[in-house]
Amino acid sequence: MAQPGRRQAPIEPWQQPGAQPFLRICNVTKTFGQTYAVDDVSAEVYQGEFFSLLGGSGCGKSTLLRILAGLETPDRGRIVLGGEDITDLPPYERPVNMMFQSYALFPHLNVAQNVAFGLHQERMARGEIADRVAAMLDLVQLKDYGRRKPDQLSGGQRQRVALARALAKQPKLLLLDEPLGALDRKLREQTQFELVGIQERIGITFITVTHDQEEAMTMSSRVAVMDAGRIVQVATPAQLYEFPANRFVAGFIGAVNLFDGRVSQQQGEDLVFHCEALGGDFLMYHGDPLPIGTPVTVAVRPEKVSVHDTRPTDRRNAVHGKVVEIAYLGDVSIYHVATDHGQVVRIQITHEARYSRPHYSWDDELWLSWDPDDGVVLTA
Amino acid sequence: MRQRSTFVFTMMAFGYAFLYLPIFSVVLYSFNASRLVTVWGGFSTRWYGALFHNETILQATGRSLLVAAMAATLAVAIGTLAAVAFTRFQRLRARPLLSLMTSAPLVMPEVMLGLSALLLFVGLQQWIGWPAGRGLMTITIAHTTFCCAYVTVIVQSRLAQMDESLEEAALDLGARPWKVFFLVTLPVIFPALAAGWLLAFTLSLDDLVVASFVSGPSSTTLPMLIYSKVKFGVTPEINALATLIVLVVTSLIVAATLVMGRRNANPLR
Repeated sequence: MAQPGRRQAPIEPWQQPGAQPFLRICNVTKTFGQTYAVDDVSAEVYQGEFFSLLGGSGCGKSTLLRILAGLETPDRGRIVLGGEDITDLPPYERPVNMMFQSYALFPHLNVAQNVAFGLHQERMARGEIADRVAAMLDLVQLKDYGRRKPDQLSGGQRQRVALARALAKQPKLLLLDEPLGALDRKLREQTQFELVGIQERIGITFITVTHDQEEAMTMSSRVAVMDAGRIVQVATPAQLYEFPANRFVAGFIGAVNLFDGRVSQQQGEDLVFHCEALGGDFLMYHGDPLPIGTPVTVAVRPEKVSVHDTRPTDRRNAVHGKVVEIAYLGDVSIYHVATDHGQVVRIQITHEARYSRPHYSWDDELWLSWDPDDGVVLTA
Repeated sequence: MRQRSTFVFTMMAFGYAFLYLPIFSVVLYSFNASRLVTVWGGFSTRWYGALFHNETILQATGRSLLVAAMAATLAVAIGTLAAVAFTRFQRLRARPLLSLMTSAPLVMPEVMLGLSALLLFVGLQQWIGWPAGRGLMTITIAHTTFCCAYVTVIVQSRLAQMDESLEEAALDLGARPWKVFFLVTLPVIFPALAAGWLLAFTLSLDDLVVASFVSGPSSTTLPMLIYSKVKFGVTPEINALATLIVLVVTSLIVAATLVMGRRNANPLR
């Protein structure tokens, strides 16, 4: 990882007016038979970004990545990289390299030969190749493994060889297909930080595909959430979590309570929304006024819900219920609370001290509350 | 439990005896001093000496080895190309049909293969004057046709197992398609090519039926020679020859097993 003292303030080029995107994906569509794998997708990625495509299986994220690599040809749309239209370039002429999910290490070549493969294709001088291979193996901390065959490596080591091989040609853009998918949980967490560290050191733009929201949140500068071949929202991890654009994103990123209801009143920037399942009216903050009667969904994260033994007098949004499920996870406990009108609310309580917790048990009655700006009003 | 394992063991012993006793008796009688094949007349290596002075047998062996090597090599070249086409060319509409048609010779009776090859060669000779007569060339062509089918099946199954992202990775790293084939695909499927070659070689080496149809004067192969000799009674020289062939084949198999074994000695960890 980069040293704390040298770490620069996060640059957010997408916030700066006039900043030129490094990669432009313009209205790309790809169909397989009748199905739209990628459906009119546009996105802009800036130099040095760690950009993630996040979505469930079959959402088109891998197809989009393969289109960027040139392994699939889009039916429509253009790909522009650094001002050059690369849509019609074959994969072997693109300044783009990819790290495959299976790593795709050549089994008949040793580690050093694998890393050197792309350099040989460039007809680079032998001495230069040796230097570059050594530098790459050094970067991924596999200095002494050059002569090993891929089947003599552990999963984590293979992953790093694949990374070194993809980086060896110093591509303008590195594509990573589920880079940590084949690693076990412990190794995955450690590797996430390593990957970010390497990316910061070499400054190459990374685009990664993942179905793991935690992975996307940890590593990315920005995340594009995909569903059914379309990009649903592009935002920083924090924005995605706190300001999801719609129900799909809210539900996909982290845990969330979704309350369905209608706007019953508008009070300046706040609106009152009526929810049958919660049995009452609740005050929510929402910038844009909405007409009375608009169906809306309010998304409230479990950790934003407060718990009280008795009815809180100072809170606008309070609801009574009793505990139906408890899950103890060590750092936090998850409670499912059934309100009097049937809605089950998921709440999360952090264990800040080892003793003296206000423990709730099954069937305990309690009050829940949240502030008007603790939830998001979603119209889609 | 004990009872059952004795039964299983006995069955296994019978099974292997069934397979190997005939071969063993050939080996044993090749060291027979007597001229009569069925009468043991003491240990001797005289038939090996006689074998190496028998020009007819030596020439036939040479022809068979030559035909087998050429047919196997051609079959591997053609069969591999066919296998690549069937596994990699997604846009080929008639793929399933073509693939099925390639493997037809696997189940076709050899007599039919031989006969149809003969008719083709005769027809061609009358039509374009080639091939002029029948001989080693026609045997090689006929052997190549049916060996192709075996090679295609073997290589095709290996290609289907092969992780296609290996080829994509090579493309992605800047190798043009034909370089990808030679630098990545070919080395990865090489064991299948070797296995296909060995199988084709063996099939060609012991083929009697097809060769009988398409051979001509002075192109008698070893199986044809042995068969014709059997009609007049087997000489002990044939036993000696059979023993040598068994020896060569066994050592080839042992060598192949050792090589494969070493390759598999490092399982995925």
